[in-house]
Amino acid sequence: MSATAEIIVAVFILIGVFLSLVSSFGVMRLPDAYTRNHAASKSTTLGVMSTLLGTLLFFYFYEGIIHSRILLGIILIFVTAPVAGHIISRAAYNSGVELSERTVQDDLKDTKNIPK
Amino acid sequence: MAFQILLNFLLAFTWMFFESSMETSTFIIGYLLGMLVIFFMRRFFSSRFYVYRIYSIIKLILIFLRELLLSNLAVLKVVLQPKLNIRPGIFAMETKLTSDWEITLLANLITLTPGTLVVDISPDNKILYVHAVDIEDAEEAIEDIRGSFEKAIMEVSR
Repeated sequence: MSATAEIIVAVFILIGVFLSLVSSFGVMRLPDAYTRNHAASKSTTLGVMSTLLGTLLFFYFYEGIIHSRILLGIILIFVTAPVAGHIISRAAYNSGVELSERTVQDDLKDTKNIPK
Repeated sequence: MAFQILLNFLLAFTWMFFESSMETSTFIIGYLLGMLVIFFMRRFFSSRFYVYRIYSIIKLILIFLRELLLSNLAVLKVVLQPKLNIRPGIFAMETKLTSDWEITLLANLITLTPGTLVVDISPDNKILYVHAVDIEDAEEAIEDIRGSFEKAIMEVSR
């Protein structure tokens, strides 16, 4: 494995780890369920995708094989993570989880009558 | 579109039988020739020449990737700021898209754009309720992005 290949793999994996770390900070710092969902559903998607991409490249440079399962994993995460984020925040809203007091606008409130 | 692709495959196989060689290179040549034939016969099909649609699908995927990168940078900026001065909110947004898969695709794209997340869709599939991290400076810029998304999706389904 050449030096440039090692650097490329290391950069991908480190970016992935950094993004996952930042998204966990986001889950701790942000005020309510919805904003936390932003951090969790976006940064983790790209974090895991970039870690998997680094793994794919590592095995390609090291063994000369492209592991198609890693590619499938990347695609599946890419497609399912936003759906999971949507479903979680929708379930939170429908069961009456309150938005944080910073919230300035709520157009959805008029269309539903949720018991407070 | 599926019919045109199938026809293209059929023409490629016909070319392979003409040449009586069963190799990948012959298949590729036959496929390209078949594509040419379908291009010149395109007025007999009810839908567009399918290569245009494949081109717009590729464009959509590139938009998707670019937005994913930008949204991550935005989340990074919000999370790593020492003071939290975000103003979240939910706003309604009407969509012109009609079929189910288009709306699903639009919702996925919005969820991966900077600072927006789809919370709910109205029962008649006309209005998307979007939660934004920072509502004031976001709303106009988001409208722009969304215009480009909706346009790109329409280009695929046209």
